[in-house]
Amino acid sequence: MAKRAAPEVNAGSMADIAFLLLIFFLVTTTIETDSGLNRKLPPMEDQVDPPIIREKNIFTVLVSKNDQLLVEEELVDIADLRSLAISFLDNGGGVGDEACDYCQGERDETSSDNPDKAIISLKNDRETSYKVYIAVQNELVAAYNDLRNREFERLYPNLGINFVEAQKQYDDPRTSADTAEDLKPKLDQVKSMYPQKLSEAESNKLN
Amino acid sequence: MSKFKKKKGGDLPAISTASLPDIVFMLLFFFMVATVMRDSTLMVVNKLPAADQIQKLDKKDRVMYIYAGKPSSRYQDKYGTSARIQLNDKFASVDEVGAFILAERASKRQELQNVLTTALKVDSETKMGLIQDIKQELRKVQALKINYTTRVGDYTQNLN
Repeated sequence: MAKRAAPEVNAGSMADIAFLLLIFFLVTTTIETDSGLNRKLPPMEDQVDPPIIREKNIFTVLVSKNDQLLVEEELVDIADLRSLAISFLDNGGGVGDEACDYCQGERDETSSDNPDKAIISLKNDRETSYKVYIAVQNELVAAYNDLRNREFERLYPNLGINFVEAQKQYDDPRTSADTAEDLKPKLDQVKSMYPQKLSEAESNKLN
Repeated sequence: MSKFKKKKGGDLPAISTASLPDIVFMLLFFFMVATVMRDSTLMVVNKLPAADQIQKLDKKDRVMYIYAGKPSSRYQDKYGTSARIQLNDKFASVDEVGAFILAERASKRQELQNVLTTALKVDSETKMGLIQDIKQELRKVQALKINYTTRVGDYTQNLN
């Protein structure tokens, strides 16, 4: 029997198949990024000489074990928390060296002197549920972000973005180094106008 | 007649594309290998709370994950229904958190060891007591940068 040479299989389309697979994997692998609320914990060692903070510069928020919200010892609804926090931070009641020239608050003497002094103290019970705690944290961060947005837009109106967008742009690794370099001092300035002084105290185990 | 007559036999042979599949396969394997599906199997219920004032947690190599929540239904016979901490692929107690963080930190590159963030992926039904304990442990090992990982949504979703 005559030996018949097997016809060679055309491998030209192999590349196309491989490309198809490659593109499939490129598209489907969504490198999902988590997102959340960034916080910084206080260091463990106790300060030898704790700074004296005046009572009026502290805004106490307590989430009770029944998930009720106590702001400055008054029961409030979480929907009002953001505006309460803003009016506290933006109060600017200080005079002389402690005056705050960009604050638009009431300048109430019984509330905070300036945003740099104003501290929000967030306390919780061991029985507080995490989701309510996060909701409260979210609203407090929102208060800072609202104020920072306002100042950022006032200082840099020609950028056309607000603080949160600018921060996002700065954090994005795809942003070019020049843009990031340009944004950094602006962000830092607004951050120093409204520094995020949000203390998460250890919960009191007794109550 | 034509002045632009093709030269006979002088043209270049077509470039062989036979190695193209190999190159593409190489790329394919690279992507298949490089995309790390870095999700340890979840043994706890992990419905994250919602928040909208969030920041992205880029650069996975700088993040350590701590999961917490009720054991998921198939583990409930063995581990009960009270909230537990999950580190890597197993349940852990609170005092193991510190050792875990130190081990994770040691496994990272030197220059990253100071910029690590601990992502707390905690189920929304958990009580703060457990989180408080984790936070205390983190403070003990100087892992101060934390991130309460949330999903995107309005805070009012947390309140029912």
